[in-house]
Amino acid sequence: MKTSRNLVIGAALSTLFITAALISFIWTPFDVTEMNIPSKLQTPNGTNWLGTDHFGRDIFSMIMVGARTSIAVALVAVGIGMGVGVPLGLAAAARQGSLLDEVIMRGNDLVFAFPSLVIAILITAVFGPGAINAIIAIGIFNIPVFARLTRSAALPLWQREFIMAARVSGKGNACISMEHILPNVTNLLIVQGTIQFSLGILAEAGLSYVGLGAQPPLPSWGRMLADAQTMVSFAPHLALIPGGAIILTVLGLNLMGDGLRDLLDPRIRVERT
Amino acid sequence: MLRYSLKRLLSLAISLVIASLVIFLVIEVAPGDPASFMLGINAQEDTLNALREELGLNQSKLERYLSWTFGMLQGDFGTSYTYRTPVADMVQDRLWVSLPLAIYALALSTLIAFPAGIYAASRRGGFGDVSIMGATQLGVAIPNFWFAMMLVLVFAINLRWFSAGGFPGWEDGLFTGLKALTLPAIALALPQAAILARVMRSSLLDILNEDFIRTARAKGLTPRQALWRHALRNALIPVLTIIGLQFSFLLAGSIIIEQVFYLPGLGRLVFQSISQRDLIVVESVVMLLVFAVILVNFIVDLAYAWVDPRLRSRT
Repeated sequence: MKTSRNLVIGAALSTLFITAALISFIWTPFDVTEMNIPSKLQTPNGTNWLGTDHFGRDIFSMIMVGARTSIAVALVAVGIGMGVGVPLGLAAAARQGSLLDEVIMRGNDLVFAFPSLVIAILITAVFGPGAINAIIAIGIFNIPVFARLTRSAALPLWQREFIMAARVSGKGNACISMEHILPNVTNLLIVQGTIQFSLGILAEAGLSYVGLGAQPPLPSWGRMLADAQTMVSFAPHLALIPGGAIILTVLGLNLMGDGLRDLLDPRIRVERT
Repeated sequence: MLRYSLKRLLSLAISLVIASLVIFLVIEVAPGDPASFMLGINAQEDTLNALREELGLNQSKLERYLSWTFGMLQGDFGTSYTYRTPVADMVQDRLWVSLPLAIYALALSTLIAFPAGIYAASRRGGFGDVSIMGATQLGVAIPNFWFAMMLVLVFAINLRWFSAGGFPGWEDGLFTGLKALTLPAIALALPQAAILARVMRSSLLDILNEDFIRTARAKGLTPRQALWRHALRNALIPVLTIIGLQFSFLLAGSIIIEQVFYLPGLGRLVFQSISQRDLIVVESVVMLLVFAVILVNFIVDLAYAWVDPRLRSRT
């Protein structure tokens, strides 16, 4: 019962923001680059549903486009993490104890020593700031997460009879990894993907806040908060609204991750009952 | 234990060498010549050459890498391109803000998380457990810099209990310094405490299901005694891992939080250096952060072996 509740609330919140992001491609109540100084710093009202910022821009529209930025950055970063990390993890598990395994795992440890913010600092120092930096930085940080998870989930599978059978039938390591191991770790990857997605949204907001992520005029939740900082004492809605958007999205994704884990991992289901 | 420690030490050294190589090579790719950046576009070619010679920019990449790393080992981080002062001095000043902040936050998050996690585990499924878990779910979703802004709004602007930012320095006494770091430390600690409390709870629940706890209970220990005397120490291993991993997030987080509170720490130094293209400072600060993360994980590994003797024999 609790499982489905988490999943439903989480999925509803996530769908809300993903839908807002998608709709923003074709429609927003106002143009997010349109300044309207006479109506600046309005609190939520009938015209500007969530108020306006210090340039008179419509906050509701900015939240919609900001959702697009956050979701796009986090999604591509998870894609990079999975795209590189999963094959590495599969390869390491297939040749457990080999030099390849050792190199991959030690490489993972090394990447773990570079928090995504530090990677972003390095990339920005060299190439200048931008949303692409945020994607690369968060994506690199995701690689060892997926590599480790895939390896640890795949290792016990290699001892199972059905893998022996596949081996006897003449299949190679790569073929077994793709056809038999991967489908058996997919559930875990989906759950972890949801969690990394929510972490990615938090990381993107942090990077944009310090100026290493999305650049003006592209709205992003992190930069909306950075702009709000000096005005928080007289216009708290400037900070409360983007903050609330981040919290609800991350909360939704986390609840969905928890719900999916309970749903997809029968062992937990048995334990709970 | 000695053999285990030596093995870990070797892997620490290898990690550091590779990390320093990666950082050096990335910074090498950066476009632009520091000498012409320092002297401006009107500088004469011979002046530029003299400065390049002075900064060691005319040497080969290998020579520069070696002199950078060996310099760092002796505490010499080179000279800032912008301020012409030793990077080591600049870093040292800033470290006196960033490091106490990270430690303060770590202490706070442990102080919040341990009781919360233990309480939740001991009341599994009860109202206290559900409330604490709900609160942690919210805690992990809150961006720390946003939370920091809210703390400023409530405790600095409205209640006026703390200053909204800045750091008076440690010369004014420990209390004044700690007070200035309190809001930033709370902002950093809360999301970490939420994660730690969840790990503490689930780790304790796993252990409480073990046979040896049943034996302890059969011996006549109350659930509370069994938890404190037997379960807690065993539950600490995953918690230690997370504390180790969190340290890197705390350091990275403190860089962001310093921006909210205008604290003169490593974070501000690094952002300032990026905008001034003072790459030698960026390079050294990044190396220092990575070194801190690798070192903390090394210490955590040793702490594991101390808590769980089985790990020593396994390697």
